Amino acid sequence: MSKLYYRELYCGTPVRFWMGLALLGSFIAIGLGAAYYMEHNGHWVTGMSNQIVWGLPHVFAIFLIVAASGALNVASIGSVFGGPLYKPLGRFSSLLAIGLLAGGLMVLVLDLGRPDRLIVAMTEYNFKSIFAWNVILYSGFFAIVGVYLWTMIDRSVARYKRTVGFAAFFWRIALTTGTGSIFGFLVAREAYDAAIMAPMFVIMSFSYGLAFFIITLIAAYIWGDRELGDLRLTRLKNLLGVFVGAVLYFTLAYNLTNLYVTQHHGIERFVLLDGGIYTQMFWIGQILIGSIVPLFLIYSPAFEKSRWAIAVASVAVLIGGFFQIYVIVIGGQAYPMNLFPGKEVIESGFYDGQVISYMPTVPEAALGIAGIAVALAMVAVGARVFKVFPETLED
Amino acid sequence: MRSSLISNRYLIFLLAGFFIPAMQAYGESAYVTENSKAASMDSCVAPTDLIRRNHMDYLQHGRDDTVRDGIRGLKYSLSECIDCHASTDANGEGLSVTSEGEFCQACHGYVAVSPACFQCHRTKPVGNAKGNSLGYRFDEHSHAGLDREADHEQ
Amino acid sequence: MSNKSDQLSVKRRQFIGGTVAAAGALTIAPGVILHAATEGDKASAGASSEYRWGMVIDSNKCAEGCSACVDACNNEHDLEGHDRPETDAVWIRAVKLKDKQTGHVNRLVMMCQHCEHPPCVDVCPTNASFKRDDGIVLVDRHRCIGCRYCMMACPYKARSFVHEALTDQSVNAPRGKGCVESCTLCVHRVDAGVMQTACQEACQKEGHAAIIFGDLKDPNSEISRVLKSHNSVQIRADLELNTGVRYLNL
Repeated sequence: MSKLYYRELYCGTPVRFWMGLALLGSFIAIGLGAAYYMEHNGHWVTGMSNQIVWGLPHVFAIFLIVAASGALNVASIGSVFGGPLYKPLGRFSSLLAIGLLAGGLMVLVLDLGRPDRLIVAMTEYNFKSIFAWNVILYSGFFAIVGVYLWTMIDRSVARYKRTVGFAAFFWRIALTTGTGSIFGFLVAREAYDAAIMAPMFVIMSFSYGLAFFIITLIAAYIWGDRELGDLRLTRLKNLLGVFVGAVLYFTLAYNLTNLYVTQHHGIERFVLLDGGIYTQMFWIGQILIGSIVPLFLIYSPAFEKSRWAIAVASVAVLIGGFFQIYVIVIGGQAYPMNLFPGKEVIESGFYDGQVISYMPTVPEAALGIAGIAVALAMVAVGARVFKVFPETLED
Repeated sequence: MRSSLISNRYLIFLLAGFFIPAMQAYGESAYVTENSKAASMDSCVAPTDLIRRNHMDYLQHGRDDTVRDGIRGLKYSLSECIDCHASTDANGEGLSVTSEGEFCQACHGYVAVSPACFQCHRTKPVGNAKGNSLGYRFDEHSHAGLDREADHEQ
Repeated sequence: MSNKSDQLSVKRRQFIGGTVAAAGALTIAPGVILHAATEGDKASAGASSEYRWGMVIDSNKCAEGCSACVDACNNEHDLEGHDRPETDAVWIRAVKLKDKQTGHVNRLVMMCQHCEHPPCVDVCPTNASFKRDDGIVLVDRHRCIGCRYCMMACPYKARSFVHEALTDQSVNAPRGKGCVESCTLCVHRVDAGVMQTACQEACQKEGHAAIIFGDLKDPNSEISRVLKSHNSVQIRADLELNTGVRYLNL
């Protein structure tokens, strides 16, 4: 194997790089404008209400935060578990992780009722709150992954790489456990309140993070006119297949448990059979697009060497993942809480016992898309400033 | 050494530049709005220059006591500020202290601060506002909290 | 003392009963003197764990078509609507139920249940949701960042988020855009020594008297006597939150 050189990301022409960045910048600008609009008017201009308290921005935010910790996996495999093929990808892996987390957090913070009080969230901690723990986990993630990236780039500190890599790996597991526990620890709602939420989110992060990694890697190498070998992509592809299967297994276990418990039959029926849009999102979005299509593309011999099949499979995993989180976050709120077991609510001043409809608005979507744009823009700028991408990834 | 001396000197000029107009503004105005209760009084609940300089700290200090511990009737109370300092129009209706030229806005506008207080707190005197007709407020004579304590002991 | 449960074993109850006066004198009295000395003579003693405020709602007495308590609450706290029922604040609501098996119909009002172990307080990242020493669960709007996690966590859907900018709020309930809020058990009245909530007052005026407010820790209070002599339930009792609001004939 020839010696590996990392180089800053330069495109064929400067215009190509700056145009790409300008495109991302315009998405970010639109998203920030949307956030200002929502904060200025108050949340009534969004689709969110007193019933659906977390909406589309939270779906985007959780999706990005979960993907962020998963994007770090390639680096972990490279330096912690010693996979030589993954090693050259470690720098990009940690840069992408930082970018995705920043994008997700931006969306989350800009949707707060009082984003101007972020300082309160950083100075007042309730240690019984998973959210407060997540504030620590998220800021710690930036610090640890930042140091990890440093040990990978700077030779003078390279000897700490393995130690820091271990720390980063455990921290990312903790982070996703924390994110999953936001839902796992909610006793009130039938869709949540399950310990399996935390490990399921960890597995989901493996899958989405890797899919994000593959897509951005291919895109960056096309953008920068660099060579990307099939061997490495095939490795990544096979790994993605395993993760997609694992998510499917956890989904099965979660739903089987709920199907056994009579009390949870209502929510299961809602998601699996007659929940309308949520049922469609589950079966068509998560299961068909997010699991069956990518598994077919990954394991079918017909697409063994096809780079497009890998790209399409990764995009499908991301779309399916988005729907999965949508069903968890919004479907879980749309299904009515059972305050009065054995009773039917025939009149209520506050939508008790009714399935709540939620129609996301354009500003919410714009804010969410801006989160993705922030992630990608940070990667683009980071790759331009630091030596992140190997000059070539030929086999 | 020399460079730090120079920068210190500049800093002093800069601060003086900020402070002198501010001090002048303090000195010149004995500013309360006409037609407010405050206009007829000698001083605020504490010496006026103390209140001017520190009212935000006094209010912020008391808010946790009231909201979290239920201690009411503190010496410094935002609703009392407003009751006293809001001016009244020709019909005797209280005006908002945050509208243009009124007591709170005039000074906050001058020093370019926008306190968050009035996003939640009422800016007009209590008067006949909805929900206040029962008058369940602490005023100078109410010791109801203490009375209740005494009842319980008996 | 502030964390002690009021669901005590008999032994502990006796023990505390014997020492509560002494403890009260030691811990409450210095507080009174301290605040009286430093804050002028007007300050009240503040919330004390000698009390636990709660309510009993008699489902049988909750009259069909009546909205007196809801109106009174809206008026007391100036919860004006904006003709947007999905985002308008609701602190108290009437609910009509039908038993799926027997067809028996019930009516009752739901509001913040002022739990002893409130999930909203557990999940709040900034301690903005909190429980006063006298058991009233409140939102400190000086700290609320509007994350709505408490609304996700509340098993009773008791909380509302302020979806728009407000002006001319009531002095009884300062409230504003971007913060979460819920029933305060008329804490402004409690602190002023008026032992009657707006909803109870309105219900009584209507002649229904379906709501009783009072001190759950005082064995001689009306609420304690009613609860001792009648079978009452907590909504979602399975969560063991020990709610301060109890229901009769549900």
